[in-house]
Amino acid sequence: MAGIAVSTTINGDITEYLCQPDETLLDVLRDRLGLTGAKEGCGTGDCGACSIILDNRLVCSCLVLGAEAEGRRIETVEGMAHGDQLHTLQQKFLEHAALQCGICTPGFLIAAKDLLAKNPDPSEEEIRFGLAGNLCRCTGYDKIVRAVQDAAIVMKGA
Amino acid sequence: MRDFSYLRATSTDAARQAAALPGAMLLAGGTTLIDLAKCGVAEPDTLVDITHLKGLDRIAVDERGATIGALARMGHVADHADIKSRFPAISEALWQAASAQIRNMATIGGNLMQRTRCPYFRDPANFAACNKRVSGSGCSAIGGVTRGHAVLGTSEACIAMYPGDLATALVAFDATVHLGERKLLVDDFFLLPGTTPDREHAIEPGEMITAIAIPGSAAARRSTYLKIRDRQSYEFAAASAAVGIEFEADGRTIRDLRVALGGVATKPWRVRAVEDALKGKVLEPETVRAASLLAVEGAVDHGANHYKIELAPRVVARAILKLGETA
Repeated sequence: MAGIAVSTTINGDITEYLCQPDETLLDVLRDRLGLTGAKEGCGTGDCGACSIILDNRLVCSCLVLGAEAEGRRIETVEGMAHGDQLHTLQQKFLEHAALQCGICTPGFLIAAKDLLAKNPDPSEEEIRFGLAGNLCRCTGYDKIVRAVQDAAIVMKGA
Repeated sequence: MRDFSYLRATSTDAARQAAALPGAMLLAGGTTLIDLAKCGVAEPDTLVDITHLKGLDRIAVDERGATIGALARMGHVADHADIKSRFPAISEALWQAASAQIRNMATIGGNLMQRTRCPYFRDPANFAACNKRVSGSGCSAIGGVTRGHAVLGTSEACIAMYPGDLATALVAFDATVHLGERKLLVDDFFLLPGTTPDREHAIEPGEMITAIAIPGSAAARRSTYLKIRDRQSYEFAAASAAVGIEFEADGRTIRDLRVALGGVATKPWRVRAVEDALKGKVLEPETVRAASLLAVEGAVDHGANHYKIELAPRVVARAILKLGETA
């Protein structure tokens, strides 16, 4: 089958792809475009490992069809670093050891990026509420929350 | 997911026509539909994507009320300044629902079409019997694990709980669903399971939710949504209450009261018995607690969900008393 032709912008680059009707945007990113940062955890929108930003909205890419992304602007974790220069959030996750196995980390990073873009000075409660859609089964969240708090301080000063 | 074809609608009329064909379903936020397609509950032949339609996401609020376009996202409505000030219960219900990701995706129209979380309904591979999926096939929940099932509005065919928060607030404030020209009270839009639990909404093939309208009122302005659940966020209600109140000039006598329950019934559950018992009365804790027991009149438990019958009246009383304190 030829597939559905879709034109999007991904991390600033115009990107065109063909996909089948039943392919999710997560499938397209990972299997057709080689952007494997977003992960499939549950596949049902519960865990947030597949989080991306779609037209300025943090979403679960496992519940979006690839075909729906026509004309949309997509940001993935791959767009956060610039060359060797890590995004502040990535740097702070490293410094605070805010990860163990790392499967949930790309989702947390992109969700935290979206959170700080909308609320540059969040309280701990606001961080925990904002990141409730991202599940980590290793670290217990405290280090993740501290990394985001620390990143927020640095990013406000920048 | 089973194979389906994809159609991007270019107008509301085209979407309605395409979705009227057998096997076709409308796709908006996708948080329910794609999820259910993955677990084999939804088996569409065609998905009609309406997310590219323009103008259906508008939110308009004035003295008379609010009109919310069907494609407005949950998060957008929750955060709308006029919704927060004139309809706090609506905003609070939305804020306490789901996660940031899901609130950013799910639309208001799609939210009304949200299906039950009944684990037997959602697992066709292991539980063939489900009257909601296949009429007449039986109910796996009755006699099964029922902690999350309904105690109000159930039938011998189905005890699945309606899980939504928004619609609970909507029925409390007499909101209407706009299906194009046809308008229905939200209370009439949701159907009791009865002998036909497979039919949940009074929507016909070829119809599409275009907007929700909520009349403005003093009770809506002084309202709240109290949700009790197993954890503080990203969880469905064990029991919840949408409550709005208007006092007489003395600030103590209840002129108008709205009460609806979530998390305990097969549909959003307005409890007029509590409203009628308290209208004209002075707000006193004992009076409120006694009247709140009427919220679960006729409730029937199935074992593990018995706690809901005790919990729901307390949630109602706490919400009413909380609104009284903010005088």
